[in-house]
Amino acid sequence: MVEFLQFTLSGISFGMIYAAIALSLVLIWRGTRLLNFAQGGMAMFTTYVAIEVVHHTGSYWAGFAAALAAGVVLGAVAELAVIRPALGKPELNAVIITIGLLVLLEGLAGILYGGQFRSFPAAFSVIGLRAGSTPLGVSRFDVFVAGAVLATTLLLAIGFRYTSVGLRMRAAAFNATVARLSGIRVARVITLGWALAGLLGALAGVLVSPSTFLYPNSMDSIFVLGFTAAVIGGLDSPVGAVVGGLLLGVALSYAAGYLGSQGSDLTTVVALVILVVVLMFRPDGIFSGARVRRV
Amino acid sequence: MRAQSTPRVLGAALVVAVMVVILSIRLNTFRDYQIAEIAIEVTAVAGLTVLTGLSGQISLGNGAFMAIGAYTTALITLHLGWPFIAVLVIAAAVTAVAGAVVGLAAARLHGPYLAGATLLVGVALPSVANAYPGTFGGDQGLNVVFTTPGFLGVNFPLTRWQAWVCSAVALVTLVLLANLSRSRVGRNWRAVRDNEVAAALAGVNVARTRILAFVVSATCAGMAGALLAIVTELVAPGAFTITLSIALLTAAVIGGLGTLPGALWGSLVIILVPTYATDVATSHGLSSSVASNIPVAAYGVVLILVMLIFPQGIQGGVRWALGLFGIPSAPARPAASVPDVTPRAGAAPASQHTVPARKGSPPESQEKEGTP
Repeated sequence: MVEFLQFTLSGISFGMIYAAIALSLVLIWRGTRLLNFAQGGMAMFTTYVAIEVVHHTGSYWAGFAAALAAGVVLGAVAELAVIRPALGKPELNAVIITIGLLVLLEGLAGILYGGQFRSFPAAFSVIGLRAGSTPLGVSRFDVFVAGAVLATTLLLAIGFRYTSVGLRMRAAAFNATVARLSGIRVARVITLGWALAGLLGALAGVLVSPSTFLYPNSMDSIFVLGFTAAVIGGLDSPVGAVVGGLLLGVALSYAAGYLGSQGSDLTTVVALVILVVVLMFRPDGIFSGARVRRV
Repeated sequence: MRAQSTPRVLGAALVVAVMVVILSIRLNTFRDYQIAEIAIEVTAVAGLTVLTGLSGQISLGNGAFMAIGAYTTALITLHLGWPFIAVLVIAAAVTAVAGAVVGLAAARLHGPYLAGATLLVGVALPSVANAYPGTFGGDQGLNVVFTTPGFLGVNFPLTRWQAWVCSAVALVTLVLLANLSRSRVGRNWRAVRDNEVAAALAGVNVARTRILAFVVSATCAGMAGALLAIVTELVAPGAFTITLSIALLTAAVIGGLGTLPGALWGSLVIILVPTYATDVATSHGLSSSVASNIPVAAYGVVLILVMLIFPQGIQGGVRWALGLFGIPSAPARPAASVPDVTPRAGAAPASQHTVPARKGSPPESQEKEGTP
């Protein structure tokens, strides 16, 4: 029972990171109908920015803020520079461009920072918390991870619901043509969506790097699982992204915990099984809504 | 894919075969290895370009089929010691079955959901090798021994023989795929890609057609995996990463989706650009971390630029260039785009999100293609 609680809590902590990546993919999907394969690469790059800032200023929080700011800039610049010219061409072109961007960022990181594994500091103690004498399987930092993603998600949700910018973003995602006719600058809204996605990715990068180390490919597997979470939840649904991330995080934590070393080798197989089962019943994800795809 | 008469396809294949033989004899061992590498890539990419370009299904998991082909080859060679041609046939058959299974699961999925499911197949399957080291050799992988046949004499270089075998398989695959795409099967694929409802009304079995495309594509990838096993003489999970699956799709799109010559152009870019950039970087005496990463960055830049300059891929650029000289190489319609990545606007309810048409031209306008 204690084990179960430990696995659940640590699963939630990792699940929130998958949720952050999934949410960033959903933001971009709703605006551009595009899968951003560079999301993990952007997160990796902004975490290097954070490392440099932490190194020079000695302050974790300065690095944290720098990573988020770099994420916003990188997202917006990527959209303006390479994605916008490719929209309206065959859809896969933009996908390949994001793959090119991923490869470019990984190459640049290698050139600037080298390929070796770098450790990244955690904001809080990583020593496991205890309730009385039973270890909970999570640390103060894990709580911060879950809290930070949850707070960002809630802020975004409130922004989408109650601000006029949020309303414009929802309108543009709902129907770009009608939104444009009502005077919304859809192009700007899309750039903003990419900037917010960059911010979420940067957050995920900073939060996951203390447990994975940082190297040019370090976000690849996190991206794959974040993408899986988005697909499970349904790419149109921000709620789905968070639920998908948590579901995946907890399930993988159980697999790694109960199946032993073979379980951690088979993490992706477990993720695949979950994905296949979900898509068998809901081909457009759990939160795909009432919309039916007319073949 | 434009219709090519059988003599023209066979003629082109013969010309390429002669070129490969001449090149492999004149060039050094490393170039022979590269020829084999390119041929392997072409085999896998050709299968994927048919799947994605003609039947409209995206796959980010074809690296897993390559892994299945490669492990089948390694296991049979190790335990049974059969000749390569028999192993190749069995590897193709095994991956065909795997393709049918994945195709069956994928038949209901579209766009990013299909991409996500196949991506995870591509990541998950090779990790099975790690979980069962007793059978699959774990991280270290399995060694494959491949020798030149006796009739070529003892001094015949192994790499040249590998280049020949790989090129022969690639060319036969291309000829067969060219035939297939002109047949009833190819017409069904295009019909399903362009409009599933219309295809079903015209009597096409949509599910079977889509699954068949997966089987064909998986078979090609499986043969490529078998070839990879005999060229690298080692089958290990490290060779079948997410990068491999993504590189296959990249090659197909860069070359020109749905065109078989495009599979060749794309493979040339994928194999040669990194090598060339490495040569340039090392010749300028840069530090090793810089020199080894410049090719990576350059490859990324090439991907972005090709997609921005040639929206229809390199084959689209080739057609345009031939058109300048008045050579009518293709009908004036754009190469196959993939309508499947977004839900189709024409069939969508009013609440459907659509791609904002920034340049004033709706992206759907070029998708429709008259079924021949």
